[in-house]
Amino acid sequence: MSRSNMARPAMAPWPLVMLAAPLLPFAMLDGAALYLPQIPVALALFALSVATILARRLPASALGEAVLLLVGVAAAYAAPLVLLNQGHALAQAGGLWLYLAGATLLLWRVLALLAGVTGPARLAGPALFGMALVLLWEILTRGFQVPTILLPPPSLVATAFAANAADLWDDFRQTVLISVLRGYLIGCGAGFLVAILADRVPFLARGLLPLGNLASAVPVVGIAPIMVMWFGFDWQSKAAVIVVMTFFPMLINTLAGLQSAERIQLDLMRSYGAGYWRTLAMLRLPCALPFLFNGLKINSTLALIGAIVAEFFGTPVVGMGFRISTQVARMNLDIVWATIAVAALTGSLLYGALALAERHVTAWHPSLRKR
Amino acid sequence: MPAAQPAPLTLVPPAADTAPRTIVDIRNLTLTYQAADHPVYALSDVSLSIAKGDFISLIGPSGCGKTTLMRVVADLEQPTSGEVTVNGMTPEQARLKRAYGYVFQAPALYPWRTVERNVMLPLEIMGMPKADRQQRAREQLDLVGLSGFERKFPWQLSGGMQQRVSIARALAFDPDLLLMDEPFGALDEITRDHLNLQLTRLWLSTRKTCIFVTHSIAEAVFLSTRIVVMSPRPGRILDVIDCDRDLPRERTLDIRESPEFQRIAHRVREGLMEGHSYDD
Repeated sequence: MSRSNMARPAMAPWPLVMLAAPLLPFAMLDGAALYLPQIPVALALFALSVATILARRLPASALGEAVLLLVGVAAAYAAPLVLLNQGHALAQAGGLWLYLAGATLLLWRVLALLAGVTGPARLAGPALFGMALVLLWEILTRGFQVPTILLPPPSLVATAFAANAADLWDDFRQTVLISVLRGYLIGCGAGFLVAILADRVPFLARGLLPLGNLASAVPVVGIAPIMVMWFGFDWQSKAAVIVVMTFFPMLINTLAGLQSAERIQLDLMRSYGAGYWRTLAMLRLPCALPFLFNGLKINSTLALIGAIVAEFFGTPVVGMGFRISTQVARMNLDIVWATIAVAALTGSLLYGALALAERHVTAWHPSLRKR
Repeated sequence: MPAAQPAPLTLVPPAADTAPRTIVDIRNLTLTYQAADHPVYALSDVSLSIAKGDFISLIGPSGCGKTTLMRVVADLEQPTSGEVTVNGMTPEQARLKRAYGYVFQAPALYPWRTVERNVMLPLEIMGMPKADRQQRAREQLDLVGLSGFERKFPWQLSGGMQQRVSIARALAFDPDLLLMDEPFGALDEITRDHLNLQLTRLWLSTRKTCIFVTHSIAEAVFLSTRIVVMSPRPGRILDVIDCDRDLPRERTLDIRESPEFQRIAHRVREGLMEGHSYDD
């Protein structure tokens, strides 16, 4: 046994529950229970999974073992999909579900092995985790025939996505590229500028902060219809809701950031005879950057929520909130889920882009610095 | 605003009888502030005159006002009464003319700037062209023995190196006066000895006037031309000891074993003890 083999922890016994699978029905066809030996393709996949478990010590590295076991997991996840496509019913197929449970536990080991490796393979862990969740969702909703009105399988959502791509793009453009982007920029920009003003004029800060607490406690469903009445159906009312939601988080974060410069650093600027604006630009704003990014990140998700909720209360016949509210009424839940997927993806990407920018701009901060 | 002009000869004559130019003149300085229930006399009737090229150490227990005195000179603190001139100007004028470089207790480097750009900071504020300030920064880093670290970030350096960067930064714009507030207080003894030696060489080669706040008797005697012993409650000057007569200007660490060094150190200690006997 090589040294790298020694370094790998032994596999926990739990994935072996799949060995009990042949004892229970593996699928139903026309009301009759079929066992594993009766379905050649399932038997082949099952044998492959078991073989990978038995052979797991053969690869020299942890990465090698992870790849090998992953083949076994993939076989197990493929089995129910293949059986469903052949017309089998799976709701009472206890053996198959045991096999799947064992494979999912095996995936646990794959992810643990991948978490220990270095290099680009590290990124495979989170990706596999996400893929497994989507696959399980697909298998469980189809296997147990969950009504699509409750939860459609991802494949159905993907079909709806493809069939309605043009509509979804129009919604995305209206909600994200027009309303969210404008509202976000106005709200964050105004919060930032007012913070600097309040920093310059202390009584403003004292007056604004309680007001800020009040405004951030106002429910978005309360102000959204009011804003629609004030600013009309188009993007202006959505942007107004977003401004109300994002202004104060940005203001408070900027103010806190501006206070974060140390006394000794301020004394240094004073000893150079630097005035207010120069001290702001060269010391206090750089100090405030981690706080600014906090505000921007919080606001990126708030803005999306604000726009979608505001569209429930009136919009030109386009927009993600509009799509959700109308398609729910028509019971087209697959389109609703497709829209939700677009919103979730957009929010994650916005947040991720900001986090990446933060990492780049504030690499000096103790939470990010690398020696 | 008048340019820096020679200050009139002071009433308090400096130690050397050739009466060199006075750079800092402090007369009857008092600074009180109101604590919760009683006024605190941080400084009480302090007078001191510092000549060009002097290396003055302010030594005394915590709360004796040595840092406060230096902060008044730097216009970081406002006196209650009394008069201070720096290069013949008020401290504020001197500060705005960038007459002094200040080295703080902590390095106070900006973590988002490289070592080199930290040293360039005052030059940037003064509006020096980029090529000039880069050259100047490199010279200063060379002077404190940090060539090759220009592109590092402060947090990649040891504490002693960071403090040397802050000295290079204070020297970068070539001020006449260097104010140092316990710059080596947080460092270990070996690093401190090493930096003391570097500092005394730096002082000899640049002929700056230095005011140096310290807790350490050995450090004060080793570095100074004159030592100002202070005592707390109220903060005041107890003794001014001239080291220049007995110790050569050029000093090595061995000098600390000499009887002259010991004698001066003894006198400083006596002064500090005397100050303490007023307490409690």
